[in-house]
Amino acid sequence: MDFLRPTTWADALAAKAERPEATPIQGGTDVMVEINLDKGRPAALLDLNPVAELRDWSSEDGWLRIGAGVSYTRLIDELGDRLPGLAQASRTVGSPQIRNRGTVAGNLGAASPAGDSHPPLLASDALVEAESVRGSRLIPIGEFYLGVKRNALEPDELIRAVRVPYADGPQYFSKIGTRNAMVIAVCSFAVALHPSRRGVGTGIGSAAPTPRRAPEAEEFLAGELDWDGRTAVPDETARRFGELVARAASPIDDVRGTRDYRVHALAVMARRTLGWAWTEYRGI
Amino acid sequence: MADIRMRVNGSIEKLDVEPRVSLLDALREHLGLTGTKKGCDQGACGACTVLADGERIVSCLALAVQYADRDITTIEGVTSPLQRSFVRHDGFQCGYCTSGQICSAVGMLTEHAAGAPSAVTGDLATMEIELTAEEIRERMSGNLCRCGAYNGIVAAIEEGIR
Ligand SMILES: Cc1cc2nc3c(=O)[nH]c(=O)nc-3n(C[C@H](O)[C@H](O)[C@H](O)COP(=O)(O)OP(=O)(O)OC[C@H]3O[C@@H](n4cnc5c(N)ncnc54)[C@H](O)[C@@H]3O)c2cc1C
Ligand code: FES
Ligand code: FES
Repeated sequence: MDFLRPTTWADALAAKAERPEATPIQGGTDVMVEINLDKGRPAALLDLNPVAELRDWSSEDGWLRIGAGVSYTRLIDELGDRLPGLAQASRTVGSPQIRNRGTVAGNLGAASPAGDSHPPLLASDALVEAESVRGSRLIPIGEFYLGVKRNALEPDELIRAVRVPYADGPQYFSKIGTRNAMVIAVCSFAVALHPSRRGVGTGIGSAAPTPRRAPEAEEFLAGELDWDGRTAVPDETARRFGELVARAASPIDDVRGTRDYRVHALAVMARRTLGWAWTEYRGI
Repeated sequence: MADIRMRVNGSIEKLDVEPRVSLLDALREHLGLTGTKKGCDQGACGACTVLADGERIVSCLALAVQYADRDITTIEGVTSPLQRSFVRHDGFQCGYCTSGQICSAVGMLTEHAAGAPSAVTGDLATMEIELTAEEIRERMSGNLCRCGAYNGIVAAIEEGIR
């Protein structure tokens, strides 16, 4: 197994172009599990940790550009106020030790349907900044997930950063697991209210081959909410929102939960997160 | 094979390891520092927790070559009042998880001192987060104890921070 250690981003892209089969490693919290389980040892590892540029984040025009090397711990501490949904999800990833090393970019690279950062990224219309020696492009998050553990990156591409707009309204994340630490989510859900454009964002995790949004639920709720009067959401509206969210999923039975349980749980989580978000919006 | 140097518990060590060797195996098998334990080799139990430049990590999910020229502290290099309070409060039974628990607790206290919130921190705007038993449990949730000595572990940490 070769071990490639570029120290600049340009060198990293050159290395990936030359060895497209090389597995990038950032926090290693997915890659190392595979290596230790001896599941197909990679021909080469491309260690991105020495690339200092990746450890930075910056903000411009209401967007945050989060370098691929920013750990969950740093994201929570440094960006939690501007990205509450992503920060809430990050706080439930693995354990403190995992969060000290794991990254959102690694979560995207792994593209597990159960990855916790996906629902809030979907709900807030994030962009994945992918780059290769051929150039750089921004992939809308909804087009990034292609299948179970498959994403839209080309073999010579690396994730440079994730771009997320500042929260323009309340954002909430909810996840069901047997305990908080170190469990893969049975299913998860994120909601983001966008009062500036009277829109609603959603993201569903662990309940389909890829993380996905619930577009019908978003449209329905955006049209029902009393954005100006801020009156309480009628029970019937919340119930219908939950139903539409659950309907957008296509879960399976597995060791962590049954299909029916996931459908039920999603509807409950959708109603509950909406309740929290609307309470915050009403300022009570 | 890669030739690397690493500062381990204050002294510079030379290591000649294959790139796929984990930091955990390098510590235990190449340097003979067997205080750090292997429970799961999958990042899920915390027994292999060490401090890398003061930050707690699970050494089974780290490659030794990635930590070239870094500063690693294992239980053999820890001197903390926590060690005495673990003994006083029966913070262990078999002791297998203990080195990881103590390294993790040392790292946890550094994070807390820097103001890091946890998943159970209610008001994120508070300047000083009190390390209640609930906060300690959440912040130590990356370390499992097969013997279930959790009450003793929490009590030991509570005493250690006083
Ligand atoms: C005990 C344990 C508990 C866990 N719990 C959770 C959990 O609760 N929720 C959750 O979502 N995940 C969990 N995980 C999985 C893992 O921690 C996350 O997926 C994490 O986000 C991975 O980030 P990383 O930086 O460690 O990725 P790595 O392991 O370094 O990489 C992951 C994947 O992304 C690719 N990659 C990394 N960086 C780049 C880049 N810049 N460009 C292109 N590809 C890249 C790698 O090649 C690999 O395929 C857990 C893992 C463990 C071991
Ligand atoms: S041995 Fe590393 S976490 Fe279990
Ligand atoms: S004391 Fe035995 S595992 Fe914790």
